[in-house]
Amino acid sequence: MAMPGTVDLARALVLAPTPLADYLVIAPVMVTVLAGAVLVMLRNFPRLQPLIAIAAMAALVANNALLLARVAVSGPITMTMGRWLPPFGISFSADVLGATFALAASVVALAVAVYAMRDVPEGLRRYGFYPCLTLMMTGVCGAFLTGDIFNLYVWFEVLLIASFGLIVLGNSREQLDGAIRYAILNLLATTLFLVAIGYLYGVAGTLNMADLVDRIRGLGEAAPINTIAALFILAFAMKAAAFPLHFWLPASYHTPAISAAALFAGLLTKVGVYALLRVLVMLMPAQRAVFGDVILWVAIVTMIGAGLGAIAQSDLRRMLGYFVISGIGAMLAGIALGSQLGLAGAAFYAVHSMIVSAALYLGAGVAGRIGGSFDLRETGGLYAVAPALAAIVLVLVLAVGGLPPFSGFWPKVLITEAALQAGRWWLAAAVLLSGFLTTIAGGRAFGMAFWRGGAAGTPDGAEALPRPLPAAEMLGLTLPVAFLAALAILIGLFPDPLMSLTDGAALGLLDPAAYIRSVFGGGP
Amino acid sequence: MEAPIAILVGFFFGGGIYLMLSNSLIRILIGLVILSNGVNLLIFVSGRIFREVPPIIPEGALVPDGVTANPLPQALILTAIVISFSLFAFILVLVFRAYQAIGSDKTPELKVAEPLGGPVPPEGY
Repeated sequence: MAMPGTVDLARALVLAPTPLADYLVIAPVMVTVLAGAVLVMLRNFPRLQPLIAIAAMAALVANNALLLARVAVSGPITMTMGRWLPPFGISFSADVLGATFALAASVVALAVAVYAMRDVPEGLRRYGFYPCLTLMMTGVCGAFLTGDIFNLYVWFEVLLIASFGLIVLGNSREQLDGAIRYAILNLLATTLFLVAIGYLYGVAGTLNMADLVDRIRGLGEAAPINTIAALFILAFAMKAAAFPLHFWLPASYHTPAISAAALFAGLLTKVGVYALLRVLVMLMPAQRAVFGDVILWVAIVTMIGAGLGAIAQSDLRRMLGYFVISGIGAMLAGIALGSQLGLAGAAFYAVHSMIVSAALYLGAGVAGRIGGSFDLRETGGLYAVAPALAAIVLVLVLAVGGLPPFSGFWPKVLITEAALQAGRWWLAAAVLLSGFLTTIAGGRAFGMAFWRGGAAGTPDGAEALPRPLPAAEMLGLTLPVAFLAALAILIGLFPDPLMSLTDGAALGLLDPAAYIRSVFGGGP
Repeated sequence: MEAPIAILVGFFFGGGIYLMLSNSLIRILIGLVILSNGVNLLIFVSGRIFREVPPIIPEGALVPDGVTANPLPQALILTAIVISFSLFAFILVLVFRAYQAIGSDKTPELKVAEPLGGPVPPEGY
């Protein structure tokens, strides 16, 4: 920031219009807000709603794909609201990390929107399933693309209020109870985030992330900035559901409609991981090094604890909640290592986890709908009734366990290799052990729900089998899951494109010169 | 002027956290409100408190004349107030609905989503 009197006013008084291609950065927010507003107005047309929402999500996917293509080729792009000279205006900056996450999130949202056509009944659509879904995507995309740390808080709250709407949809006692835990703890986390932002503003005097990079570096390892970093870690770890702040997740994620749960499991915790990558790794590298060991142990306990927690569950959805947390542990391990390889592994894992966690919830939703229960003791025989679904879920279970040739294998390879390079063999062992525990839990659930001839205590045979769903309903529910599972297979077989993207994202975090240049323009 | 307000923020945080340690949902909510108001004050102090000179650029000049008040914290606080107010309104209704449905606002009795002593997972095939 220049001193008063030395501002280059010629730059501030430019009147040339923003190139149309730069609107790609802000378009994800515009599309979803507009679609959300239209959907709220059309709340009495529950048959029309999914079509509009799916069209909006498809537009979002196309837009984010274009954005990623542009960012991957020509580096980060920035658009500052109202043409204020940075760092005064609110900037939207897309780099490879943000654009990759936004694309993965919008693909998951599209699949969930299609699934919800069959899953969410008209009554619930009237209470706003689709408006909440699109508005939640506003918050998620805004968080991935903003270049202003206070603005990041605002997007956190936007996605939070939309997710409140989704979690209470249905109004059962369980949902109200789960929603209270979810709402209060998440609100507390964002309040802590705001506390950290307030202190950071008091110390650094700016909120623009590109401007913050240099200013925080100038502060070194002074005690105030370390305290602020600790507050950020606390707030984002709570958002990401890392041990010991994860209790809200298994307490609430099994209560909402399965489409909403899939969306939450896929996207919301990953927003916390993204914020940790952006704020801790890019803005505060010295503080990340200071707290590296703390994050490392949190990561290990999260991975192993969540794996054991998954084994201890008898409810399919609660087990999946622990899978989500276990993945968060692996991502934190990558962040704690802090090397380019580790960060690339964390980003890769986040993309994989978005796709596979959401798909697992959706697959469990179909299984629960056929079997009539999510309880492992009451399900069985699904392989005989729905062999295609069984194959898809098996792929997803192997992917979440980190077995080749599926998407979960590569990020674990990256993180393990990064751990070995750093001489931390016990971290590599913990990553592998967590994959082993996840595979045990997932394999047992698959065996109980799909391979077993019928529910516990019933004899094998046709009379114990559940009744299959009508073909049209089955197809509408299975297609989105199959789509996501196909992505998991594709990423597993051809990891190179995503690997080079996440590698570029990690490089951009470690050396944000290009990011800063895109905000301030011209030379460094 | 910053020091007394900083101490006041400390009291807000202390009170808010104390109330949130309670097992009554209403107290937890009031604690949250006090905490979020404490945060608003904190942002206000973070922007430093100057004399009440409005940050207006005189006619003909391109930069303000001398030290003015910092307008940014007010914008931040206004945003934070609006957001925390709307979220609080939602949670208040949510807690009231839960009180109607479950019949208690004490956290030890809110065990519907996670019943205590639930069944162990199946041990055999």
